[in-house]
Amino acid sequence: MIELDTIDRQLLRELIHDATQSASALGRKLGLSQPATWRRIKRLRDSGVIRGQRLDLDAEKLGFGVTVFLGVKLATKGRVSLEDFERAVSAIPEVQTVEHILGLYDYRLRVVARDISDFERVLRRRLMMLPGVGDIEANVLLSEERLPGPIG
Amino acid sequence: MLDDTDRRILRHYQHDPALSPAELAERANVTTATCARRLDKLQADGVIRGNHAVIDWHALGYEVEVSLRVTLDKTQPRAFEDFTEQARQIPEVVEIQSFLGRVDLRLSIIARDMQHYQHIYRTAILTLPHIADIEALMHVARLKSDEVLPL
Repeated sequence: MIELDTIDRQLLRELIHDATQSASALGRKLGLSQPATWRRIKRLRDSGVIRGQRLDLDAEKLGFGVTVFLGVKLATKGRVSLEDFERAVSAIPEVQTVEHILGLYDYRLRVVARDISDFERVLRRRLMMLPGVGDIEANVLLSEERLPGPIG
Repeated sequence: MLDDTDRRILRHYQHDPALSPAELAERANVTTATCARRLDKLQADGVIRGNHAVIDWHALGYEVEVSLRVTLDKTQPRAFEDFTEQARQIPEVVEIQSFLGRVDLRLSIIARDMQHYQHIYRTAILTLPHIADIEALMHVARLKSDEVLPL
């Protein structure tokens, strides 16, 4: 596990806010030279602390008015392989995230659709056709906020 | 309105948000100047809201991720506001979502281990206001997480 100092934490906070900032711009903000900043960012990436980048798009402005979270329970455990289900569900373009969970459901899916009738199409024609699908619970997303987490 | 060029740029940019402006222009098959102009416009229109680094909490020693599905006591008129305001103050809460459905809110919580999770749950979560019911789901694996829109 990698140890972070105060400057690493400041850098992380800056990059979570805006990952497109250059090493020299970040260095100026934090009072570091450009090469020193670059070395620190490289270390954060190489050690896997920064896993990648995420483009935050306004789904609604792009015509995707509905985001639904589905809790999916597999009906016939044992007969359908989890890998088959996972591969099939991950291949559906409207399915943005697939998480394997323990508890009430087996999987949580994040699904985007243009509107409710488009969602119904995805649900009936794609999701309910998946191998082994049992109970499905749907919750329509109203609002969402991401927080930086315990960076310190 | 978006045209095909905008969509093409966004498609490539979504799949690899770490691309430099020149690389992105090349993949989207437009000139660097066109690409920059389109991106500026998409940002100004609020279509692109940001480009964020994604942290791998495992690499920082956070091994446990729990989803808490919360039902609120809706007889309290400020239940949503009070709850989210306080939930935001808990450093280990990384996501707050609200829903229309059986569940009112969902919190994503990370912890170093189960003992740490239990500590957060008892000292911070259970003291949040207006909770009617809580259900916990443990994360096992993330199989798809790119959150790409099918443009």
